[in-house]
Amino acid sequence: MSTRHTIAILVNDQPGVLQRVSGLFGRRGYNIESITVGQSEEAGLSRMVIVTTGDEQTLEQIEKQLYKLIDVIKVINLSVSPMVARELALIKVNAEPAERPEIMGVVETFRASVVDIGSHNLMVQVVGDTTKIDAMIELLKPYGIRELSRTGVTAMIRGNV
Amino acid sequence: MSAQIPEVRSTEQLREKWMKPEVITGSEILLRSLLLEGVECVFGYPGGAVLYIYDAMYGFEDFNHVLTRHEQGAIHAADGYARASGKVGVCIATSGPGATNLVTGIATAYMDSVPLVVITGNVATTLIGTDAFQEADITGITMPITKHSYLVRDVKELPRIIHEAFHIASTGRKGPVLIDIPKDVSAALTLFEPSSDAVNLRGYNPRMVPNKLQLDKLVQAIEDAERPMILAGGGVIYSGGHEALYEFVKRTEIPITTTLLGLGAFPSGHELWTGMPGMHGTYTSNMAIQKSDLLINIGARFDDRVTGKLNGFAPHAKIVHIDIDPAEIGKNVPTDIPIVGDVKTVLEMLNPEVKRAAKADAWRTWIQQMKMEQPYRYQDSDSVLKPQWIIEMLNDTTNGEAIVTTDVGQHQMWAAQYYKFNQPRSWITSGGLGTMGFGLPSAIGAQMAHPERLVISVNGDGGMQMCSQELAICAINNIPVKVVIINNQVLGMVRQWQELIYDNRYSHIDLAGSPDFVKLAEAYGVKGLRATNKEEARKAWAEALETPGPVVVDFVVSKDENVYPMVTQGSTIDQMLLGDA
Repeated sequence: MSTRHTIAILVNDQPGVLQRVSGLFGRRGYNIESITVGQSEEAGLSRMVIVTTGDEQTLEQIEKQLYKLIDVIKVINLSVSPMVARELALIKVNAEPAERPEIMGVVETFRASVVDIGSHNLMVQVVGDTTKIDAMIELLKPYGIRELSRTGVTAMIRGNV
Repeated sequence: MSAQIPEVRSTEQLREKWMKPEVITGSEILLRSLLLEGVECVFGYPGGAVLYIYDAMYGFEDFNHVLTRHEQGAIHAADGYARASGKVGVCIATSGPGATNLVTGIATAYMDSVPLVVITGNVATTLIGTDAFQEADITGITMPITKHSYLVRDVKELPRIIHEAFHIASTGRKGPVLIDIPKDVSAALTLFEPSSDAVNLRGYNPRMVPNKLQLDKLVQAIEDAERPMILAGGGVIYSGGHEALYEFVKRTEIPITTTLLGLGAFPSGHELWTGMPGMHGTYTSNMAIQKSDLLINIGARFDDRVTGKLNGFAPHAKIVHIDIDPAEIGKNVPTDIPIVGDVKTVLEMLNPEVKRAAKADAWRTWIQQMKMEQPYRYQDSDSVLKPQWIIEMLNDTTNGEAIVTTDVGQHQMWAAQYYKFNQPRSWITSGGLGTMGFGLPSAIGAQMAHPERLVISVNGDGGMQMCSQELAICAINNIPVKVVIINNQVLGMVRQWQELIYDNRYSHIDLAGSPDFVKLAEAYGVKGLRATNKEEARKAWAEALETPGPVVVDFVVSKDENVYPMVTQGSTIDQMLLGDA
């Protein structure tokens, strides 16, 4: 059965390492829903978080194939443990002055924030898991979304692991 | 003037000379580092971006470079050298087209897990990314077909990178590693400090020693099995595990089939050996796999040419898979007992534990009967030469002791079927990628690795024309390769598929216009011989064997011969076309 998995990959911070990882997904036909890359807790290493879909066997292959890359240090399937997964979205939404209180209501409910105000629009920043951001987007759609930018998911296992 | 005392060239003294810390160029560092890695010969082709490297070779007699006539020839030669010797093969090419001409050879080595270090020049670091003359992003292009690659940005990193590259290429599941050296890096001066032996690669720890628990399961499974079968592949040869495999079979008395790349891993004369499995394998091997209740895969990767239709492959068998690459286990065939480790190590750990498979006597009898009833066969003729007969002749006249390289196609399958290998590293063929043009240059490399052995290169008349320029290398270096051409004037394997699967719609397979191969050989200064019947064939081949240097023998054979048995694509491997012989 095909399900969604969140994988963290610790990699050497080397030129081309993103290409090695994304290229592997591409040529072996694995899906990438989102990919984020940044520094990790250790100098010289980056952490990538990839959200992918696939069945058990595909996931096993993804992990094994990733380990074959010399620059990959560690692969962690976050989805098997309780995890915190977050992404950030910036949403530029049409907002004539008359509609603004209503939009502000939505923003507050989602604990999102308005980070910029134009004469005819607002820029909303929302942080949360993927479903929360999906919901926020749905609610803002009726006003007219002019631009949307999502970071993709970054995630971590809860607790002392 | 006193007489000159010849320099003593002991390895120790040479090493000391190469290791001397001096301020030298990146190019000199490269050459010295290669020598320190034990490189005996390098195949290559110069060009703009590697001029400093070739300049460093000038007058440097310790370094042995073979100039090929095409970069593809260089890399296939390095590949043949690596497969025949077990050492890392090395080739050098310039940037841009030089580098891209290596791509086929890199992919060939990658698919067959051959250790290569591939060195390419690139434009200067200041020009990278500007679409400079002869610039190509070769590390990017080859990412999917290399085990690892480096773009050297700082000359100080060169010794470490070269040492790492050799380590990565030659350990774990072996494979090609590319080092791309920009022109300014090969020119830059720095103090040479040889790399220490230690390699620090956090993300690379191939697992050599298997999990003992899984070994115990296998030992038990062998005891329980009534119809056990071994499927051994190239991993046996690459790990140096052929003797351990022999011991394993001797102890367990389990019948064994060896894949195309596994030929030579087990003596073909042994009564438990059933031949090759798969698309053009023996009837016995395929039926045995299909009937087996325990299939022990030792260093093979369940390639589609071996398994046929996956759904229906070895339907009754408990699957055991021994492989150094964990990603191979469960990739194609669900596995019951996974054993990750070096084949030789695994077998040496297993051997003291395993016993004779005691419940398999009826099975052994059945295997012997099948072997007798269903050998490879063909309809011989006295009017036309049959390709199978030629391979049998090659085998008989050399006692199966030559190194045989092949190109790709029908002749490759006939060579695999009718040449009886008894030693590892004697059969050199492009199995995974199926690269035409591989046969001749790989033979040159194999001969460089084993100057004392007889090397036969078996080619079709199609593939022969893909790298025939390397005959020049044979001539100029007197490399005594015996080049056999199984000349049927068509692209035979394509013709066979078009006959059997595409209703005799023969599309673009006629090789009319091919050169007269005898004249072609002579044009390069190589002896050329031709045979069109058995008598001529015996005579020409005897002459070829007696000739000290390289020889091309053009065997003109019947056009419409097919390779049998055959499993067509999409069938399970017990659905075999046996031909009419």
